[in-house]
Amino acid sequence: MRYLTDRKRAEGKGASHTGTEHHWYMQASGAALAFLVPVFVIALGRAFGRDHAGVVEFFARPHVAILTGLVLFVSMRHFAKGATMMIEDYARGSTRKALVIAAISLSYLITATGLFALARIAL
Amino acid sequence: MVQFTLPKNSKVRVGKTWPKPEGKNVRKFRIYRWDPDTGENPRVDTYFLDMDKCGPMVLDALIKIKNEVDPTLTFRRSCREGICGSCAMNIDGINTLACIYGLDEVKGDVAIYPLPHMPVVKDLIPDLTHFYAQHASIMPWLETKTNRPAKEWRQSIEDRKKLDGLYECVMCASCSTSCPSYWWNSDRYLGPAALLHAYRWIIDSRDEATGDRLDDLEDPFKLYRCHTIMNCAKTCPKGLNPAKAIAEIKKMMVERVV
Repeated sequence: MRYLTDRKRAEGKGASHTGTEHHWYMQASGAALAFLVPVFVIALGRAFGRDHAGVVEFFARPHVAILTGLVLFVSMRHFAKGATMMIEDYARGSTRKALVIAAISLSYLITATGLFALARIAL
Repeated sequence: MVQFTLPKNSKVRVGKTWPKPEGKNVRKFRIYRWDPDTGENPRVDTYFLDMDKCGPMVLDALIKIKNEVDPTLTFRRSCREGICGSCAMNIDGINTLACIYGLDEVKGDVAIYPLPHMPVVKDLIPDLTHFYAQHASIMPWLETKTNRPAKEWRQSIEDRKKLDGLYECVMCASCSTSCPSYWWNSDRYLGPAALLHAYRWIIDSRDEATGDRLDDLEDPFKLYRCHTIMNCAKTCPKGLNPAKAIAEIKKMMVERVV
């Protein structure tokens, strides 16, 4: 039994004075993805039907490589922040922290792997 | 942690079925019952009312049941006209005020439960202690630093109009208890009702603590747990839009940064 007043429970540890940058980043990256993803999908459509060498040649083109890199980076940052928020919704305590770390790590891993593959193809 | 199943002692069982009255226009009511003194699980009791002898609102039916069928049925009520917010409950799956919700709006049996995801004091009465404390935490009063004027704090007609759609909130808790974000994180998320009230004071042209109020709200949980699900706006028995008020607060937060 803890003899906390109702107001004390409601106030908790107070405001962290953060969150707006996260909110703004999600809006900005969302707007960027609304443009990038359709363009990427349309561009990707042009690679269909080619053989392996043809696809590698397609992704080696500067504008396709830059577009792919941008989609990869922006979408993974968007994923990391969105997943963090989702995890915070449903998990508590150490589980929450572990899952947030895992989501962020996964996003960086996918970004690094994708960019490495892109660099090998394009450079 | 989010809970998808009820704890063992909260599982609702079938309760008592009360006698059916004579009459052609009889309607069935299934009402949640729980008495903390018995130590038993909650149950759903079944009542029947002759609608030819009952008023048009759900609250009329509840009062008739309490007066004529089962005096142990417990619920809050006061003004019976949608002003006090006391009789908020879940009727036919919708959080609303029993006094202004017509029985003709419910198809079939009338299912009545307390507001969801709140501790229950008894039967249809939720414990709103934390909800009220959260409301108090947003300082729901005029904060000024300038010396008090000789007559009154003046406000233009245009600025006064900005409070419309905000001041009408009766703190019934229908919106907050319909919000999944509030269900999972009510210990830290303020919920739609408190945030609507916070915006009511932020937007008040006479208030001089706008920055402090925004500072106190800037938090990933207090404010940003709102994911614009919009249940609050859909369920509000007064037709208000707490989601819009929250969006306006977020816009002001961004304007401070970008």
